[in-house]
Amino acid sequence: MSTPTEAATAKNIDYRPLKLSGLEPLIITPESNFVNVGERTNVAGSRRFLRLINEEKFDEALAIARDQVEGGAQIIDVNMDDGLIDGKKAMVNFLNLIAAEPDIARVPIMIDSSKWEIIEAGLQVVQGKCVVNSISLKEGEDEFISHAKKIKRYGAAVIVMAFDEVGQADNYERRIEIVKRSYDILVNRVKFPPEDIIFDLNIFPVATGMEEHRLNAIDFIEATRWVKENLPHAHVSGGVSNVSFSFRGNNTVREAMHSVFLYHAIKAGMNIGIVNPTMLEVYDDIPKDLLEHVEDVILDRRDDATERLLDFAESVKGTAKEKVVDLSWREEPLQDRITRALVKGIDTYILEDVEEARQASEKPLHVIEGHLMTGMNVVGDLFGDGKMFLPQVVKSARVMKKAVAYLLPYIEEEKRLNPPPASEKAKSNLVLMATVKGDVHDIGKNIVSVVLACNNYEIIDMGVMVPPEKIIATAKERNVDIIGLSGLITPSLDEMVFLAKEMKRQDFTVPLLIGGATTSKAHTAVKIDPEYPEAVVHVNDASRAVTVVGDLLNPESRLKYKADIKQDYALFRERFLTRGKKRDFLTIEQARENKWKLDWDTFEASKPNELGIQVIEEFDLNKLVDYIDWSPFFRSWDLHGKYPDILEEEVVGEQARELFADAKAILKKILDEKLLTAKAVFGLFEANTVNDDDIEVVTSSAVEKQEKFIFRTLRQQSKKASGKPNIALADFIAPKETGKTDYMGCFCVTSGFGTQELAEKYEAEHDDYNSIMVKALADRFAEAFAEYLHERVRKEHWGYASDEALSNTELIKEAYKGIRPAPGYPACPDHLEKLTIWEVLGVKEKIGVELTESLAMWPAASVSGYYFGNPEARYFGLGKIKMDQVKDFAERKGIEVRTAEKWLNPNISDE
Amino acid sequence: MIMSRDKLYKALKERILVLDGAMGTMLQRYKFTEEDFRGERFKDWPSPVQGNNDMLSITQPEAISAVHAKYFAAGADIVETNTFSGTTIAMADYGMQDFVYELNFESAKIAKKVALEFTEKEPEKPRFVAGAMGPTNKTASMSPDVNDPGYRAISFDELRIAYKQQAEALLDGGVDILLVETIFDTLNAKAALFAIEEVKEERNIEIPVMVSGTITDASGRTLSGQTAEAFLISIGHMPLLSVGFNCALGAEQLTPYLEVVSSKSDFAISAYPNAGLPNAFGEYDETADEMAAQIKTYLDKKLINIVGGCCGTTPEHIHAIAQLVKDYEPRPLPLFTKAAAL
Repeated sequence: MSTPTEAATAKNIDYRPLKLSGLEPLIITPESNFVNVGERTNVAGSRRFLRLINEEKFDEALAIARDQVEGGAQIIDVNMDDGLIDGKKAMVNFLNLIAAEPDIARVPIMIDSSKWEIIEAGLQVVQGKCVVNSISLKEGEDEFISHAKKIKRYGAAVIVMAFDEVGQADNYERRIEIVKRSYDILVNRVKFPPEDIIFDLNIFPVATGMEEHRLNAIDFIEATRWVKENLPHAHVSGGVSNVSFSFRGNNTVREAMHSVFLYHAIKAGMNIGIVNPTMLEVYDDIPKDLLEHVEDVILDRRDDATERLLDFAESVKGTAKEKVVDLSWREEPLQDRITRALVKGIDTYILEDVEEARQASEKPLHVIEGHLMTGMNVVGDLFGDGKMFLPQVVKSARVMKKAVAYLLPYIEEEKRLNPPPASEKAKSNLVLMATVKGDVHDIGKNIVSVVLACNNYEIIDMGVMVPPEKIIATAKERNVDIIGLSGLITPSLDEMVFLAKEMKRQDFTVPLLIGGATTSKAHTAVKIDPEYPEAVVHVNDASRAVTVVGDLLNPESRLKYKADIKQDYALFRERFLTRGKKRDFLTIEQARENKWKLDWDTFEASKPNELGIQVIEEFDLNKLVDYIDWSPFFRSWDLHGKYPDILEEEVVGEQARELFADAKAILKKILDEKLLTAKAVFGLFEANTVNDDDIEVVTSSAVEKQEKFIFRTLRQQSKKASGKPNIALADFIAPKETGKTDYMGCFCVTSGFGTQELAEKYEAEHDDYNSIMVKALADRFAEAFAEYLHERVRKEHWGYASDEALSNTELIKEAYKGIRPAPGYPACPDHLEKLTIWEVLGVKEKIGVELTESLAMWPAASVSGYYFGNPEARYFGLGKIKMDQVKDFAERKGIEVRTAEKWLNPNISDE
Repeated sequence: MIMSRDKLYKALKERILVLDGAMGTMLQRYKFTEEDFRGERFKDWPSPVQGNNDMLSITQPEAISAVHAKYFAAGADIVETNTFSGTTIAMADYGMQDFVYELNFESAKIAKKVALEFTEKEPEKPRFVAGAMGPTNKTASMSPDVNDPGYRAISFDELRIAYKQQAEALLDGGVDILLVETIFDTLNAKAALFAIEEVKEERNIEIPVMVSGTITDASGRTLSGQTAEAFLISIGHMPLLSVGFNCALGAEQLTPYLEVVSSKSDFAISAYPNAGLPNAFGEYDETADEMAAQIKTYLDKKLINIVGGCCGTTPEHIHAIAQLVKDYEPRPLPLFTKAAAL
């Protein structure tokens, strides 16, 4: 007997595929795998998406769409049916925004609504061939025909619900009656292309306890078979999670039910559907007894199937809870145990397992190449398929490193006894990783290193602040296969350009990877790629690093990959350089004319309670815990989402909870053992703006000790819409000519002392996971300290907001009065001003935080900046400036134009 | 019109049809002044009209007629009406929205008259007129403002209404074919096709429709980001006479994208590339022979059914192409008999 799909194919020799398109085609043939529709951009199905749409947080809403596409959704369903939102407006707006995101718009859209006006509005804004979800005979034939005709004219495929004037089809016969009637009307009367018809045959729950629900699954499956055999070219889809509705709360059973249902429905010909991939067990992995019980229910094989599954479900639920202490896997074969230890990141038994493997192997090296790599390949595949997340992979690496460290003495001994012939010295691919000169940030670089190491690359990690000549020398000496450069502050960009030039001069041929928070595809394409004739690739997340490095080093594909990426960057560069030309700029004089004019006549400066400089030594970290903004912490691990929502998030929630628990454990250790030291220095001073853009600060009111310093600020220069000012930070301080004394402050906080030692301690234990964790936490503490100190300043030391009462969330949202901009960030991207802060406060002398040659702070977990107390003060981005301001700035500052140009380079307009 | 449609299908089955070359390039040779553009009709028009080539169908009809005749004489089977910007949307640049019906109607009449004269002289080689419907100067699926990606300067309905008016005027003027062309943004084209379907339904007629997209550069995508195949799928819901590409690229650069649509479509395939890529001065200097040599690849690979020229091409180019295609079989048309039977 042939399988149903074969039967269908044989019957329809001129099989017509369902063709859809976004920016790219999606062609669904009988050979295609099951097409999964992303369902998260649906306000009816995702509370988070609903909230984001309600709050008009479209960036985050788009991120959900992007995640789905990146996660493998081949179509994305967009639904805005909610009583409280203007569905038509939201649909149009969201689809327009998607159209501007090529990495989302590449897949076709499923326009999902129960309201025709929303569907039609959606159809009018999408260029590709969409799917309409859905129409039905519910309101009669006239409306059905009229909608179908329109859909055909807009060039979309359609989902037809098994629903008619009488109601929803809930048994086999009704399904067939309705779909046959719908099909005949569509094909014969509307002339709708039959391959563009997708039937939703209604998936209803089984095992509800109601006798009439027993056949729900099997009726769907049999109706699917009937459609495929009797309605040429039509397709079948459905929302799978409904089937297990009665087992809410028991995911083990639900996941098994979904895969059993899909297994049979797909065999019968269902080829499109909405399935949450995280709620799906692999059919073959369902334990035999559970499988039997679930299949009894889905296929209605026994009268007591439901009761039996319910009873069984209780026991499954029980075992799931006790999983932590379930050690049955220890009974499994050795390779399975090692693979499991790597996949789950469990290091408890790895040494005894490795020892067992070593004794069973001819050579100790074989354990690495065999047992361990087999396991790591599983990790690599799961990560590649989006089934594992970054923190899990880093944990896997920890287990791997421990195992390798254990084996190393044996390997050395083996080498001593039997030196291998030179030809056998198989060299694994060597990747050199370094944070460039003057930069101290390395969390991202370390994560990429670990992930690459997991994928069998040997890593030479040169650490932070690595001078270019050292990178070049090491690369030559070790004959590396690839060089990866990382940096977080803007001066690092120039370092990278310099290295690229140097690599060209010295005839390097190895690919160059660029990463780090300040880097971008634009900078890489425009500034670095042209300097180095070999491959240059911008990689900003760890999950991409593996594929990129794989492609760059694969002897078969690397030439094509390099050519493709060169071409891509050349094109990007061309577009980038031609695109900015429309922007208009003002001269610096004109910009100053258009400064933000506060009403100084009625202005009353708030005099700080405590003028002068204060130092805080050994601050108690416990006080900062409540001030931590956790969202960036998760982001540094490639887990995207807002804390605390991220803990409940469907895809990454579980992983986020686990990571959070691990972080809390380290946090507790840090607090209990006082492993990190927090210090701060800050000062509040009399200040007035002079000459438009400079702020003169007087450090002491005592005339004899009086010292004056000048902070130079930069002014926005791009032409604004009328009425909008060109802002500089100086605008927030009263000008000297007003005759009114105003005030400002500056600060530096650190929580970085001790970080290095602690991270090194973990690294010595082959524990990169906790080493990265410590650095990420230290960064969070520094930010929290800055937030805490700012609050104290507002309420006490300065005291202009003594009655302020804000929650941590409000603090993170910066709901307070006054700002604390930091040099190197958008309002004042000039790092040079840090030198002035250091001078004013005596930062190095008082708390020991130093500036590197690129003006990064060391220790890295430090924050410095200014305080502005004016209630009108707000954050802004400087944007691009012109050379006239650069020259003016250099003159004011008394430095060479060349020097100013170098430091301000990322902000200087190319035009 | 029924007669001419049957002849068109018959001709398309038998041979490769030749489309004309650039209208703009030919009109430049006349060096028309602002005064010439205005003619008597618009001598007091409040704003400059020089550059409004479509309006020349009203103010300089002899010139338009002469260009059509040159292309037919060079061997073209089909000429395009001088209506590339003949929508209320594009004419808004000159404030001349009110003349849109007239200029389309007159343009169609001029071209049809010349076509009939040639058909009369050479009945074995009937000549056809395609009503050109350009992309307009606005895009429905892209924002003109980089800071506001959700904004759209034009809506589907505005495009649909404008295109409908143009299609009706062209049909009233006697065109045999409607040609939705130089498609940068597929959504604009979908609005045009939607409008044409409405006209077909209201008038209860069939209209052969040609669709021609534009691949903007070596990325192989339209300006709105679609690949050649995605473009084909997005406009494939209507029964079309042909689908293909024109403009932006020279004949050689267009080949890979023609290969994609040729292998994946049951419609006839059309191509009318530019005379190479523009030189540093924005001029096209590829000669007729150079262009024909590249088009020979299309013929050797049996990629096309309709071929002509876009920017920079002249009657010389079309002559060279017409001479070349005589000796070649057209690309086989799998479903064509079905379409003809409709």
